[in-house]
Amino acid sequence: MRTERHRVRHGLRYLLLVLAAAFVLFPIYSAFVVAIQPIGEFRDLGVLLPSHFSFSTFSDAWSDGHMGLYLRNSFIVTIAIVVGQVLTSILAAYAFAFLRFKGKRFLFFVVLSTLMVPTEVTIVGNLDTINKLHWADTFAALIVPFLGWGFGVFLLRQAFLGIPRELRDAAAMDGYTHFGFLTRVAVPLARPAIAALSLFSFLVAWNQYFWPLLVTNDDSRRTVQIGLKQLASTDAASFNRVMAGTLIAALPIAILLIVFERQLVRGLTAGAVKG
Amino acid sequence: MRRSRHRRDWPWAVVLLAPALAAFAMWVFYPLARTMWLGTQRSDPFGLRTEYVGLDQYREVLGSADFHNSLKVTFGYVLISVPIALVLGLALAVLANAQLRGMRFFRTVFTSTVASSVAVSALLWFVLLQPSIGVVNQFLKSIGRDPVDFLNDPDRALFAVSATAVWQNLGIVFVTVIAGLQAMPAELHEAARVDGHGAWSRFRNVTVPMISPTLLFTTVVLTIRAFQTFGEIDLLTQGGPNNRTNVLTYSLYTTVFKERDPGAGAALAVVLFVIILLLTMAQFRFLEKRVHYAN
Repeated sequence: MRTERHRVRHGLRYLLLVLAAAFVLFPIYSAFVVAIQPIGEFRDLGVLLPSHFSFSTFSDAWSDGHMGLYLRNSFIVTIAIVVGQVLTSILAAYAFAFLRFKGKRFLFFVVLSTLMVPTEVTIVGNLDTINKLHWADTFAALIVPFLGWGFGVFLLRQAFLGIPRELRDAAAMDGYTHFGFLTRVAVPLARPAIAALSLFSFLVAWNQYFWPLLVTNDDSRRTVQIGLKQLASTDAASFNRVMAGTLIAALPIAILLIVFERQLVRGLTAGAVKG
Repeated sequence: MRRSRHRRDWPWAVVLLAPALAAFAMWVFYPLARTMWLGTQRSDPFGLRTEYVGLDQYREVLGSADFHNSLKVTFGYVLISVPIALVLGLALAVLANAQLRGMRFFRTVFTSTVASSVAVSALLWFVLLQPSIGVVNQFLKSIGRDPVDFLNDPDRALFAVSATAVWQNLGIVFVTVIAGLQAMPAELHEAARVDGHGAWSRFRNVTVPMISPTLLFTTVVLTIRAFQTFGEIDLLTQGGPNNRTNVLTYSLYTTVFKERDPGAGAALAVVLFVIILLLTMAQFRFLEKRVHYAN
């Protein structure tokens, strides 16, 4: 009796889960169906199931649509931002966690307050700076403004504070310098937090839209998000090519999510304050 | 001993903090101050000369019909997209919060939309909402309704744009809420079950109060994100039709880059900054009273 009711309840839950999963995945499935149908008369284009198959739209989006180039640019920019943010965050977080100096509380408040300033508010001033430096259409313009991240400093400081005090004292007895303690004890012990930060930073940097739109006018520096806009606006009627490009653009992050789901989720739940 | 170490730490602190603080000074605080200052400068239509006008430009921006429209549109967008994403994401999390076979797969699926960028989700929905080949219109046709050009219909465009945001935000809501659910002690549910509470009653009286800090956090994150919405608008509607989707950030963009009026744009940016700041603080205070802090 009781197990019977359990079985019904589990069956119902699975049914709802499958329906919900279908709903969440549907836009991606639909994009795939549109992407693999050759350009031609839209009248007989299948919506739920493809009426024709052709994978040429993908190679078309890759080369003619420049998606290959945009992806390369996005990788260069994103990896540089991740490395930069992780490095500056490790250094600053170490100072806040382990050093004693005057004005520490105030400086930490300054770091946290950067999280209250949305990018939209600083773009007018930052564009001024970019123009004065003659950085329009350069990788520097896409990378350098993001080398510091308050959230990263915050997250790693928390991780460093979790390192037992005894370890710190023992290291001091053994004559470790700050540099030695940082590289040989603190960073290895904070590896999970550093991994979470790196992935979250990658996600945010890869998905940026507003700033890259403003500082790139040239295909040679456009990132994949802005490339998608370009692809959609040059030939919006070729839905199949636009969808092929969209799927190509989504793939790197999708792979990252599948491989590193746990670490990525850690970063996201820790506090996605500034997106 | 303590004093001497204190003194020795000083040079290290300078070296370690310098890179991050230099980046913040140059790319956050300086442009923020510069934007505030630019807001007091009126530029002529050719961008050649500027003139100091104090707070006049801020007053003009605040009083303009365009600003009032953008404010209304932005609030509408927040009120549509945030609650729907929150309710749907919560439902997904409750569904997937069970020790059953295959749950890992479902969790990955529900998390997956965090991987999609604004551009990706906007373009996915651009096709879904197309009058000719879009699935939504195919469905309407199949039940005998006329197709709708959602993105060009003044009464529906804001809902259409919100749909992309809801879908894209499902992942982040799911991830944060399920983390909250899993931190909840299982005995609480058992006790409520023994006391004769049904599933809905347990959800309302045990689950929701216990995860309310998580829900508060998620609401704040979604609201701030919604206020910063730009990509969906730029890709799908460009603020149209009839300015019905002209949110604050898009209006900021057109003021600076289409109308070439950095002074007015800067004033708008500062107003946006203040709104987001106030909103964050107000929301925390307002919700704090109702939130049950588990610890």
